[in-house]
Amino acid sequence: MLVNLQGPWSPLLGRLAMSQIPYENPILVGTFLLVVALGMAILGAVTYYGKWRYLWREWLTTVDHKKIGIMYILVGLVMLLRGFADAAMIRSQQAMAVGPDSPGYLGALHGYLTPFHFGQIYTAHGVIMILFAATPILVGIMNIIVPLQVGARDMAYPYLNAVGLWLTTAGAALVMTALFIGDFAHAGWFGSLPLNELPYSPGVGVDYWIWAMQLSSVGTTLGGINLIATIVKMRAPGMTWMRLPMFTWASLSANIISLTSFPVLTVSLALLTLDRYLGTHFYTAGMGGNLMLYNDLFWIWGHPEVYFVILPAFGMLSEIIPVFSEKTLFGYTGMVLASFGIAGVSWGVWLHHFFTMGSAPDVNAFYSVSTMLVGIPTGVKVFNWLFTMYRGRLRFDLPMIWACAALFFLLAGGMTGMMNAFTTNDYMVHNSVFVVAHFHLMLLLIVYAIFGAVNFWFPKVFGFKLNERWGKWFFWFFTAGTATVFIPMFTLGFMGMTRRLDYIPYTQWQPLLDAEMAGIVLYSLSAVYLVVQLYVSLRDRALNRVGADPWGTSRSLEWATPSPVPFYNFAYIPHVNARDEWAWRRENGVAQLRHEHYTGIHMPRNTGVPLVLGGLSLGLAFALVWRMWWLAALCLAGIVLLVIMRSFARNTDYTVPPEEVKRVEDAVWAGASVRGADGVRSGAGGLTPAHAPWAPK
Amino acid sequence: MSASASETIDPAQAPLWDRNHHGHDVIGTRTFGFWLYMLSDAMIYAALFASFGVLSHVMNMAGGPMPGDVIRPGYAYGETLALFTSVLAYGYAMAALRRGRAGGVAGGLLGAMVFGAAFLGLVGKDLGDLFALGITPERSGYLSIFFTLVIYHALHIAVGLLWMLVSLVQLAREGFSSNVVYRLVNLKLFWHFQAVVWVFVFVFVYLQGVIA
Repeated sequence: MLVNLQGPWSPLLGRLAMSQIPYENPILVGTFLLVVALGMAILGAVTYYGKWRYLWREWLTTVDHKKIGIMYILVGLVMLLRGFADAAMIRSQQAMAVGPDSPGYLGALHGYLTPFHFGQIYTAHGVIMILFAATPILVGIMNIIVPLQVGARDMAYPYLNAVGLWLTTAGAALVMTALFIGDFAHAGWFGSLPLNELPYSPGVGVDYWIWAMQLSSVGTTLGGINLIATIVKMRAPGMTWMRLPMFTWASLSANIISLTSFPVLTVSLALLTLDRYLGTHFYTAGMGGNLMLYNDLFWIWGHPEVYFVILPAFGMLSEIIPVFSEKTLFGYTGMVLASFGIAGVSWGVWLHHFFTMGSAPDVNAFYSVSTMLVGIPTGVKVFNWLFTMYRGRLRFDLPMIWACAALFFLLAGGMTGMMNAFTTNDYMVHNSVFVVAHFHLMLLLIVYAIFGAVNFWFPKVFGFKLNERWGKWFFWFFTAGTATVFIPMFTLGFMGMTRRLDYIPYTQWQPLLDAEMAGIVLYSLSAVYLVVQLYVSLRDRALNRVGADPWGTSRSLEWATPSPVPFYNFAYIPHVNARDEWAWRRENGVAQLRHEHYTGIHMPRNTGVPLVLGGLSLGLAFALVWRMWWLAALCLAGIVLLVIMRSFARNTDYTVPPEEVKRVEDAVWAGASVRGADGVRSGAGGLTPAHAPWAPK
Repeated sequence: MSASASETIDPAQAPLWDRNHHGHDVIGTRTFGFWLYMLSDAMIYAALFASFGVLSHVMNMAGGPMPGDVIRPGYAYGETLALFTSVLAYGYAMAALRRGRAGGVAGGLLGAMVFGAAFLGLVGKDLGDLFALGITPERSGYLSIFFTLVIYHALHIAVGLLWMLVSLVQLAREGFSSNVVYRLVNLKLFWHFQAVVWVFVFVFVYLQGVIA
């Protein structure tokens, strides 16, 4: 059954050998040393400050949806940095390797990256940015905000939530491992077939890619189940469907997409896995395989996936814009329908990723029209946001400027997307950097919404605002970088530049490629401002403490509990009376958070099982990549046994006594910060900021 | 279904907090989540069946065995009987659960396990014979998806059997605790779902294969 491998294999180490460590590549060795130094510094700091116990008890074993969300976002940020480093290498290689006279370094004929290395970099860039940066950050924000918005004390399945986090983290760790042991896939983030088949890609790179995607896929599916169940089953009394905050609606539509589409990714990769490991013929070019089956299966997931990442971003914009327009969201029902319209259409457009495959004209026409259909609900959303701002009292705080810029990129990216939807046009620009610039603008719209949301909800989670001044520097440098990279890229696309070039023969493209490189420099500078913003905010946090409602004009339920949110979220489950519940309470003068008598609160207990499951999954994936069958069997048996053992656990939850709830709530009310039973500070700045426009005079 | 901040509810009278919150229905929430899991598993099956449809063309047999050569209706018939009898036995277990009879539940589970194991045995014999004849997944695209689909379903049956074994132990240890009950309900959903999927396997793989 098992295929014959090219190259050595030993029962103990599988394909792993000393020659698989890329110690001859100075870039990778330098990165490795940097990672080791950073890792040692972090581990050393944790040891020096004696925080191991705290780390284990409060974070690694937690089932608290807010902490899990924060860890999701941290994983996403680390991977965002890695993905950005890949982007910088792609751009610098393309700026250097222009024309036959361009010099070559480090064994490359032109530039400094060999074609094989360059292929790995753009593959890793795509995989990381979509699956290990955007997805975890969005899932993290949904994790934190959705239970608060529906008035729940945790997710429907807190334990499953932690399992999802550690599976995603294991996937990210596997991608990072590929950097230093072996290599990564080189056939694009979506995997070109049959190039990814074993005869053409005999190394372990494709296997790394497969198993990292699978881990992340399973983790995201579990997260999708959890979020849907939380929204359907855990809503507070009075929270009818049409009172649901818009971000929660967007999360629901997005997670229905992820729940139904990620399994198709699982299948498309599993069949490739069988081809590579057992020698079956699903996607092979001969022996009855059908390599277009892979493209169809992959993009049946791939296109819904891009809406899975964009719908939460739309939800964030729908939360931010009303707050800083001091108006209720325009066209609520239309927004809900538009979200589900986008989610529905997302299932019928996948073939537009390969119009040039040579389907019959009627097939292409169908997908061309269905792709254009996406523009209708999206247009509804854009107009609703504009009408929300129309005659509003606009305040351009940080979240709002990110949101406004996101609208701009949605228009620019969406319009170029409509151009690609025309089959005739697509035949001209297919596989050109015009398409690359289009989908980068769409993904940047998501990034903009995410930065807006982070600035918007940061005070809710941590109890202090992020610094406005440095945040604006960050915003403007980031935006300048975006414009400088992607406007020339559209131009180059029209000039005929195709994707993934490690060498560019036309010297007349040099100025535009240099401009793109300058954009990367602007991006790098903006990252410095981000770090400064975070540092200054953290340093001055005592000055920037906020109450329950830091913006003063917030609308939905998550603002009806102190900032930072106590571990039990709500001392009492709120009773919802209106669509914008918090705005309704504030305008009617009943924005009270104080209670007299407290009851015990039933909470899930921390557990280390999800972390161990994540570790075993990482071990399983690593063993399968290197075909160490004994280790794979061991890890798989460990996973099965651990799941069964966990099902016998009875002591999985506890009740917080009323006195403890009262202690935390009293301190919050008095404007002090307090350490809750879980050791984390809750509440710091009283209930309302002094400068809030609606604060009592 | 009224709109926004300007509501007709009198804010002075409106309840703001749910002071007697009794928590959410654990069994209902867990079962709902399991339905969602099954939806994702249904998508996996859907993708596999779609692949089966794509790879069933005569080109995908690559000159190797045709469906008529690999499908033996007798085995499919026996497997169907075994699986549906197992589901019936599980139904008896659930009826006993409703009446609160632990012995009946255990008996039903044991019956379901015996017939489920018989199903697995028949599938194993069927596929084993094919392997012995040199009819293996590596032979052609059609055989790849044929074996994958049948074995993926059989894996579910094996997992279900393991789950039943664990349930029997937990039933003996805990009686009808809410954990045991919701897991039995979920297992019922799982077991019926596998039987429904088998109907599709039977129709699209075996029946269609024989007709072709």
